[in-house]
Amino acid sequence: MSGYGFSLAGQALVALPSGALHWPAQGLLCVSDLHFGKSDRLARRGGALLPPYETRATLARLDADLEATAARQVICLGDSFDDLDAADRLEDSDALWLTRLMAGRDWTWIAGNHDPGPLALGGSLRAEVRLQTLTFRHIADLGTTGEVSGHYHPKARLAGQARPCFLLDDTRLILPAYGAYTGGLRSDDAVLTTLMGPKALAVLTGRRALALPMPR
Amino acid sequence: MALGIGGPPLRRKGKPLRATSPLPCAAPCPYLAAMIPLPPALADWFAAQGWTLHPHQRQMLDLAASPACLLIAPTGGGKTLAGFLPTLAELGAAPAPGLHTLYISPLKALTADIRRNLRRPVEGAGLAIRVEDRTGDTTFTQRRRQRADPPHIWLTTPESLALLLSYDDAPRIFAGLRRVIVDEIHALAESKRGDQLMLSLARLATLAPGLRRIGLSATVEDPPALARFLAPDCRILQADPGPDPDISMLETEAAPPWAGGGGRYAIPAILDQVRAHRTTLIFHNTRAQAEIFFHDLWLQNTDNLAIAIHHGSLAREQRDRVEAAMTAGQLRAIVCTGTLDLGIDWGDVDLVIQVGAPKNVKRLVQRIGRANHRYNAPSKALLVPANRFEVVECHAAFDAVRAHTLDGDPRGPGPRDVLCQHILATAAAGPFDAGALYAEVTTAGPYATLTRPDFDACLDFVATGGYALRAYDRWQRLMLRGGQWTLRDPRAAAVIRQNLGTIVDTETLKVRLKGRMGTPLGEIEEAFAASLTPGDTFLIGGQVVRYEGLREMTVEVTRQPGRDPKVAVFSGTKFATSTLLTQRIMGIFAKKTWPELPPHTARWLALQREVSQLPQADRLLVETFPYEGREHLCLYGFAGRNAQQTLGLLLTKRMEDAGLAPLGFVATDYATLIWGLEPVTDVAPLLDAANLRDWLEGWLAGNAVMKRSFRGVATIAGLIERSHQGRRKSGRQATFSSDILYDTLQKYDPTHLLLAITREEAMRGLVDFGRIEEMLARVQGRIDLIALLRVSPLAAPLLLEHGRVPVAGAGQERLLAEAAERLLAAAGLA
Repeated sequence: MSGYGFSLAGQALVALPSGALHWPAQGLLCVSDLHFGKSDRLARRGGALLPPYETRATLARLDADLEATAARQVICLGDSFDDLDAADRLEDSDALWLTRLMAGRDWTWIAGNHDPGPLALGGSLRAEVRLQTLTFRHIADLGTTGEVSGHYHPKARLAGQARPCFLLDDTRLILPAYGAYTGGLRSDDAVLTTLMGPKALAVLTGRRALALPMPR
Repeated sequence: MALGIGGPPLRRKGKPLRATSPLPCAAPCPYLAAMIPLPPALADWFAAQGWTLHPHQRQMLDLAASPACLLIAPTGGGKTLAGFLPTLAELGAAPAPGLHTLYISPLKALTADIRRNLRRPVEGAGLAIRVEDRTGDTTFTQRRRQRADPPHIWLTTPESLALLLSYDDAPRIFAGLRRVIVDEIHALAESKRGDQLMLSLARLATLAPGLRRIGLSATVEDPPALARFLAPDCRILQADPGPDPDISMLETEAAPPWAGGGGRYAIPAILDQVRAHRTTLIFHNTRAQAEIFFHDLWLQNTDNLAIAIHHGSLAREQRDRVEAAMTAGQLRAIVCTGTLDLGIDWGDVDLVIQVGAPKNVKRLVQRIGRANHRYNAPSKALLVPANRFEVVECHAAFDAVRAHTLDGDPRGPGPRDVLCQHILATAAAGPFDAGALYAEVTTAGPYATLTRPDFDACLDFVATGGYALRAYDRWQRLMLRGGQWTLRDPRAAAVIRQNLGTIVDTETLKVRLKGRMGTPLGEIEEAFAASLTPGDTFLIGGQVVRYEGLREMTVEVTRQPGRDPKVAVFSGTKFATSTLLTQRIMGIFAKKTWPELPPHTARWLALQREVSQLPQADRLLVETFPYEGREHLCLYGFAGRNAQQTLGLLLTKRMEDAGLAPLGFVATDYATLIWGLEPVTDVAPLLDAANLRDWLEGWLAGNAVMKRSFRGVATIAGLIERSHQGRRKSGRQATFSSDILYDTLQKYDPTHLLLAITREEAMRGLVDFGRIEEMLARVQGRIDLIALLRVSPLAAPLLLEHGRVPVAGAGQERLLAEAAERLLAAAGLA
């Protein structure tokens, strides 16, 4: 898979075209904002009845990424479930699939703003994770270097096409949303242009990971 | 004065009888005895104006009791008043309170126009008839009052009617309704708005038994089909069509350009015509073209002739001003689009100019009818081809108008996404019985052949989402309680009402002048707004403005006169040229010489015949040539824009599979031009009819055209909510793209109802596969592949066409990668 290799705080990382982050030296795969169970939450709230397939669509991509990278360690950067109920309401087949993916892997759920509490699915639940020179957390914090976060669902536009993207500068990396039913925040939004340094890159997802100067 | 039915219309000398100069009938009128008498006060008032009835207006009074009647009359035939006559007669001078007649028009502006026109005789004759309109623009207070105490004659639009029917007090409001008048039904019948309206009428007929229907239509090609659309048992009344129009091509000094639209070259000649006439309507096919043309026109309008612009993207205040000025006779010309296709009365229009080929003979005839809005006087019209090819197309259109042939494709059965919305709206009004609703729906013309299983599938979709993966109780919008379907959560009714309607617009943003309470100027597409950076200039409402920034989802601009604008890209409807017109174009090509065409065009065609050949009706011409380092292939299918577009997508897919590395294509109504890295030496295998359909099946699923259709279907059927200006937060998108839903359904639930509807719609509309098959059947494998060393005269304009489509595939990824690398290098980051 044609990922984009780069280094952050001295660590060699690869932004995968799927939107996952691969850290080969650690055998680690990191994904953000899976938003499992989004259609379920909307239906419960009396909103639109969206096709209830986004969880399996997201699982299918995660499965493929785990297979391809042979990662032994997984960090989900928060908002993995659209809300706490969503975790309990997973279809049996989806829950089984997730359990199979988790089996034999060191799996960490980082708390997000949608799913802050504990989970019955196994794995460890953490507010943030430090590994060597990197810090993994849900929402970026201005003071940190070597930070990997999610939350914003960044998107960027190239040649008329908007795609979910990684945002990368000397001190931090923001991951795109990995979940199937997720909107996005354009990279030229003030929140993101403030967070990211002047030489920041956007790495577009798609068939190949494409790096370009972050549109602002 | 006695007049037999069918005799010549009587009118005051020099004063035409038409919508703005209301009615009719010098009293005493002996023939009135045979029908419902008009209230004496009204008859006296008509007499004072010196007006008499047209024959078809009298007949409408005769037919007042019939359950359904379709009146077909040319523009200017006073058909709107013909529709109202029975109601005015029945209401009389002092009617009891209560709703009597509902009048539905496709345009808000038209309802306001009709209200003004109807008030004149009503007030002039001192009749105590209340006439009010209700549209999206009606204030909240007034709407509430209207629901409590509806007027005698209520003027509204299909969308506002659907909304009224979704409230639980609809049975009370409409219980006494006697008649419904559908104006411009020919226009409504061409879109889902008409299908929705017919479902609403079916509902009304249940709420008000004995309801009578009147349909008012311009000239159409198939009156019985339109009558069936309106009601199961419908009389047809044809008014005298009047004399043939006086139609010709505008002579210009400059020859039309090779490609593009807009007709800028013709501005001096058009200004001469405006000077020579009282009032001129200048029609354009798209809003963007109207804007550009209007801007250029003013740069050359040295006499300061009063010329205004009117189209659907302009702010309501702007349009109101233009309409008022026009009604007051202050304007010499108005640059406009399809918004003016319908019968708003503009007063003394004596010339219609159509810029750009009309694409469709019926629409042309209807537009021409706008000039000399008087019965039995020929309309005067000038055609202005926007480019060289359109010269031929305009000639084909003349011939068709002279031969009285109209085109039009029969519409299929009523689309099921509209039915889904109707079921949802019905649930918002209150509990319903499925069997009763099914029976009611099948009384609507477009749904007469709907089967119960199809209805049930729609109901299932509305109730549960209709997914193969059966979800749980919570996955329900409707529940069955005591045999009746009802909303699980009554609060959902508000959301359902917000999403009513079958017009799915591209997302737009309002444009305002910067400053507190800045003047609203209109709307632009969100995608266009996103491409702007502060300092960019664009055209709106004929003025050049500078983009200052986005504030709370409003585009703020400042005036910037005298600057060259970056062009505004509006969503102009692009019509495909009709089959009838393309046949006539082939007919022109087949001639030996073209004395009737301007010399520049005749020379162009002769040169094409010399270096290659001219396309023929029973053969398919394909040219290949190198140009600017790319191999080009030009296929003259004459199948209309949508089909040529599909052909482009299909062929490039096949070429990609064959390793021919296509890079992109562009399609027009008559040809598809494809460019790539490898030359095509054998085109027949690419066009094999049987395989083509198989490829289509495989290819269609992942295609952008399908996704575009899906977005509309999913919005109408209620799967995705319309985004409302107020609810949208800046930057962060509240919703994600419908493409993702499409992909998910395609992968996990490929037989889902909405995919079936999308497919059906795309095959008929944007994909237009029918016309590709029609073309292949016509050609029967007789393909002429001509390898040229350089571009042919006929292909040259295509190289200048807008709307190039890159081929999504390996090629595109390569191009994106190159672009990204260039950007990195330029930023010193590589």
